[in-house]
Amino acid sequence: MTSTIDMHCRPATGTPADAYTLGPLQSGPSCCDPEPLIRVENLSLSYDNKPALAGVTLDIYRGCITALIGPSGCGKTSFLSSLNRLTDLIPGCEVEGRILINRQDARAPDLDVQTLRRQVGMIFQKPNPFPLSIRRNLEMPLREHGVRNRSELCDRLERTLTDVGLWDEVKDRLDTPALALSGGQQQRLCLARALALEPSVLLMDEPCSALDPLSSAVVEDLIQRLRGRYTVVIVTHNLAQARRIANYAGFFWVRERAGTLIEFGRCQQIFEEPAHDLTAAYVSGARG
Amino acid sequence: MIWFKPSILSPSYADARLGWGLAAAAGLAAAILLLIVLLLLRESWPVLQRVGGVRFFADQGWYPAEEMYGLAPMLWATLAASFGAVLLAGPLGVASALFCRHYAPFSVARLYRRMVTLLAGIPSVVFGFWGLTVLVPLLAQFQPPGASLLTGILILALMILPTVALTADAALAAVPDAYLRGAAALGLSRGATIAGVVLPAARGGIISGVLLATARALGETMAVLMVAGNVVQTPTSLFDPVRTLTANIALEMAYASGDHRAALFVSGLMLMGLVIILAAAAWRLSGGRLHG
Repeated sequence: MTSTIDMHCRPATGTPADAYTLGPLQSGPSCCDPEPLIRVENLSLSYDNKPALAGVTLDIYRGCITALIGPSGCGKTSFLSSLNRLTDLIPGCEVEGRILINRQDARAPDLDVQTLRRQVGMIFQKPNPFPLSIRRNLEMPLREHGVRNRSELCDRLERTLTDVGLWDEVKDRLDTPALALSGGQQQRLCLARALALEPSVLLMDEPCSALDPLSSAVVEDLIQRLRGRYTVVIVTHNLAQARRIANYAGFFWVRERAGTLIEFGRCQQIFEEPAHDLTAAYVSGARG
Repeated sequence: MIWFKPSILSPSYADARLGWGLAAAAGLAAAILLLIVLLLLRESWPVLQRVGGVRFFADQGWYPAEEMYGLAPMLWATLAASFGAVLLAGPLGVASALFCRHYAPFSVARLYRRMVTLLAGIPSVVFGFWGLTVLVPLLAQFQPPGASLLTGILILALMILPTVALTADAALAAVPDAYLRGAAALGLSRGATIAGVVLPAARGGIISGVLLATARALGETMAVLMVAGNVVQTPTSLFDPVRTLTANIALEMAYASGDHRAALFVSGLMLMGLVIILAAAAWRLSGGRLHG
């Protein structure tokens, strides 16, 4: 590991740090002091006996943003989905290896998957608000997880919508269909929906790639603000974005028809002093 | 390469021909509907003009030979039988579609879907046979005479069940996967996903399916005629024998003449009116997106 100070540990410049209610960026555990929250050991995954991911071992550090980069079809999304056991829903999908989240085995057969998914939220590439009102989109998952008190619901609704910078835009039309919002607003609503459940980990599967550049920048700013409070794992094809926001980066590549983790390390190191030739070629744009 | 064509918006000649052909086919379908309504109006016009429309609702009974044309009891019987059947088949059909889509293992769901499709193909007269030989005697043991509004409702419910189940199944299948994944990622249970996400998303399709089934129940003739007893009276209990408007037409058309015949056309007109009201309701309830 390099001894240079990680540039991402300083607050992001450009916007005042207290513009949102997330508070100071470093209110959570410092990302300069790595403490693994998720430990993945020798994870392999196959669909209908065709391997998609082989032997991935990495640690994801608490309060940091970890970017997963690599070409399409190298198993990044599969890796992400195995962390919140969304792979359970795919027929023919087999997962092997160990996943520890907060020292608990996430693959234990007796684990309460609903509780796991409440703690490990997920944002998808295409914004997927439900065809309900904005309010119902946020309240329905909360009710399901036992938050039934009216004032508590209203409180969380306002807090999370403020957190994602959507409150002022939608406070007068909370009961209108969420699908009438713009793409960027929908994605922020999805983020708010995940945040309302107070997860500790957020998985993001190319959250900006279906958005226009301006909305994308807004969502990226938001992700920056999550640092410290949440542990974020983000899959992105946008290398510049990964470089801007991530503390750690993992590079995936296809080897022998299965995706593998080629290199993992501090973001700066992956982009500036990659240890592996493939990584160097990919981040410089020579391959991939 | 826009300069190869005078305008990118002007279709080629083959396209234009296809367009005209399709327009002609669509026009024909619409014209047939119009012609049927016109025929009904023309045939029922003499009696409507002579006795007026109100008497078809106000007359005390259906004695066409004595110029009493009260269709109201049969209208009530039609409505009661149809809505009773929808009340039974609606929830049952939606429940079976939900089971098929969200709970049943793949092989069971496939088999079940085929069976329901087959059920939809059974001719109504066969349902009538079954009702006449099984259902009516069974009910007669408890509440003679057996042939009644209730047997009519049960047979109709059986007949429209596949319509509801198949349209609801199609509506559920059309719910985007992204919603299901999103719901799972939020830690929603299967039940909460269905109640909170799937049913609201499929609502339009399910409602239009139920209304389609209602229209089918309103128009069904043969099976109901065979099991409902065919006594012209306003039903006061489920065990009263009743005659529906459709059954009335089928029973009397063969020998009716003059005003009697025209009065039967009035009942046809009435059925048409009901179906039009239903179609309008379906249109409104599904927000103008009847098919998807």
